[in-house]
Amino acid sequence: MASILQLHHLKKYYASQKAIDDISFDIEQGSIFGLLGPNGAGKTTLLRMITGIFYPDSGDITFDGRAFDPKNDIIKIGYMPEERGLYKKMKIGEQAVYLAQLKGLSKTEALQKVRFWFRRLEMESWWNKKVEDLSKGMSQKLQFLITVLHEPKLIILDEPFSGLDPVNANLIKDEIYGLAQRGSTIIFSTHRMEQVEEICDHIVLVNLGKKILDGTVAEVKQQFKENKFSIKLAGIPTSIEDKAYEIIDQKANEFIMKINEGYKSNDVLQHFINQDITIESFNEILPTLNDIFIHLVERTKSVTRAFEKQS
Amino acid sequence: MNKTWIIAQREFLSRVQKKTFLLTTILLPVVVFGLYGLIIYFAVKTADNYKVAIADNANLFGGKIESKDDIKFEFVKDETIASLKEKIAKKELEGYVYVPKDFDAAKGDTISFVSGKTVGLMNREEIQKRIDNAMQERKLLSSLNINKKQLDSLQHSSDIKFATIEGKEENDAKVGISYGVGYASGFMIYIILFIYGTMVMRGVMEEKTNRIAEVIISSVKPFQLMMGKITGIGAVGLVQFLIWITLTITLRVGLVLLFPSLAESSHAVGAATHAIAEAKNSGAINSFLGGLSEVNFPLIVGCFIFYFIGGYLLYSSLFAAVGSAVNEDPQDAQSLLLPITMPIIFGIVIMTKAINDPTCGLAIFGSLFPLTSPIVMMARIPFGVPNTVPYWQLALSVILLIGGFICTTWLSAKIYRVGILMYGKKVTLKELWKWAWRKN
Repeated sequence: MASILQLHHLKKYYASQKAIDDISFDIEQGSIFGLLGPNGAGKTTLLRMITGIFYPDSGDITFDGRAFDPKNDIIKIGYMPEERGLYKKMKIGEQAVYLAQLKGLSKTEALQKVRFWFRRLEMESWWNKKVEDLSKGMSQKLQFLITVLHEPKLIILDEPFSGLDPVNANLIKDEIYGLAQRGSTIIFSTHRMEQVEEICDHIVLVNLGKKILDGTVAEVKQQFKENKFSIKLAGIPTSIEDKAYEIIDQKANEFIMKINEGYKSNDVLQHFINQDITIESFNEILPTLNDIFIHLVERTKSVTRAFEKQS
Repeated sequence: MNKTWIIAQREFLSRVQKKTFLLTTILLPVVVFGLYGLIIYFAVKTADNYKVAIADNANLFGGKIESKDDIKFEFVKDETIASLKEKIAKKELEGYVYVPKDFDAAKGDTISFVSGKTVGLMNREEIQKRIDNAMQERKLLSSLNINKKQLDSLQHSSDIKFATIEGKEENDAKVGISYGVGYASGFMIYIILFIYGTMVMRGVMEEKTNRIAEVIISSVKPFQLMMGKITGIGAVGLVQFLIWITLTITLRVGLVLLFPSLAESSHAVGAATHAIAEAKNSGAINSFLGGLSEVNFPLIVGCFIFYFIGGYLLYSSLFAAVGSAVNEDPQDAQSLLLPITMPIIFGIVIMTKAINDPTCGLAIFGSLFPLTSPIVMMARIPFGVPNTVPYWQLALSVILLIGGFICTTWLSAKIYRVGILMYGKKVTLKELWKWAWRKN
């Protein structure tokens, strides 16, 4: 499929640091793309360049097949920054219409779209409420609505689920899938790796202004797999040792093993079949994105922070 | 441009539709004038029919104390202190002055005024003045041995007429009016710069701390956002001021109609009224009207609107730049505001000099220099164009002001662009300066 966004050797230097140091990647149209990285890696700077807030010092951006022109392309982009912001004292209906107008919609168009989305997200009764009266989750929903209501080709969401309860998180998640199916491309920036695994097709990991990983979720996992398997046996064998693998962990009759170089999974199965031990299950353990993330970031010696694990 | 307009509209409507706007715009002058009216009403009322009996047994006043308006002096004979007190108790009198037969001021005897109730400040002053006058006149007449007519001609102050070299007679009243109008307009511009400047600053800070700035900046250019805000709030200011001015004039006229004596009795309304009072007192209403017609009001109003807008545009972008640089803590704004408030205060200092001497070097400098010209020039213009302010000065001032606001807007826009997205760090003036000159 065609690329909606191509970054070529983007660079952005601040006085004291290289915020973005030669980053290139492509994003396919209609995909859900995960932009990952620890705090201070340069994600926000990168997103601000993609939304036309910042200009790169060098390199160029191709958007929808042509050189990115912030002035005219801005209507095709929806950006929800990590720090949410709305006018506290303004009625939310008016606010949504106003922000849609700033995107470039006419007043009647804006009204129509806002009404449509309010109905869709079951927010009609909120129209005359003020933002300061909304709960955090409600304002999050409103912010999402404002970002997507002009149905942009490219939607950039920075931590879209923070503060949402599971019901609303699912509602938003379904909307994201729906938008992707209708042809929008979604850039998804987050620290929550389990969400990335669930939602994203393609990921890029940045750290210290450089790209350190690029690929589909499956590819990345394959790339970082450590030949770990878990096997569950019907009974505990007397001799478990074999040259084909090493046991890393054992829980009753379940073993975690790493297959040694030069051997295949079938060699392990063969070993147990030969001993006439019933195998109840045998699975490959792929690394989680969280593990890969921590592994890579620590290798590049950056300040990492503890990732919030969903409990 | 179109988006700037949408932003300006929101800024305007969101402020105008607030209850506080209605309150401050319409109620404030009404309340102020209401209080003012009440004070005057009572001041006028308490002076009603204040009857004072003078039992002048030593013939101190020669039977004559000016008895006009509200305080009536009545000379009584054959009254004792006791009978006078009785009359006060019966409310036939408000007060009395009893001068015993053996009264001698040289021996240190003093006159005392006795009243039923405590005497109000205004009446007290008036009674004192009239008694003093009567005694003085009596003394002068007796010691100089002249008649009343001669005394009057001695006391009559000479009328000096001032004229310029072109042979044009300067109207006293006109100078008074110019002074008043000049002072008022200069001062109003000063207030405008502060009120609406800080309003812009607070608006920018609100957008920054609410983090809505980033959402908007992804749709419009920072410059559009800044200009939209400045235009919108400027329109609010213009509307608010026009309402204030019309209301003030209407109420003022209404007050004068309600209390015809107001023009004479009040000195607090400001120099312009003072001029009216003076013109009336000297019986020279014609000269006052003449002075009024010599002051070019359409020009003053036109210039006021220009310097209002020009000065506002010049300063508001600077205020916006400061607002963009401040984080959550509004206290940080104080130190950054100093370089902006200094020239405004400087302007008001020059203005006080300029209304006294509108053609001095400092006044001319102040009225050309764009950071002070809105205040100082507005104080000079009522003295006359082209007499006091030559056309070239006015033109130069206008051009410099336009140039000035283009410069400050350009500089501020660069600071604003960086500041509005910069969080966490406390910013110093030095850094602001660096942002302003940074390329890209």
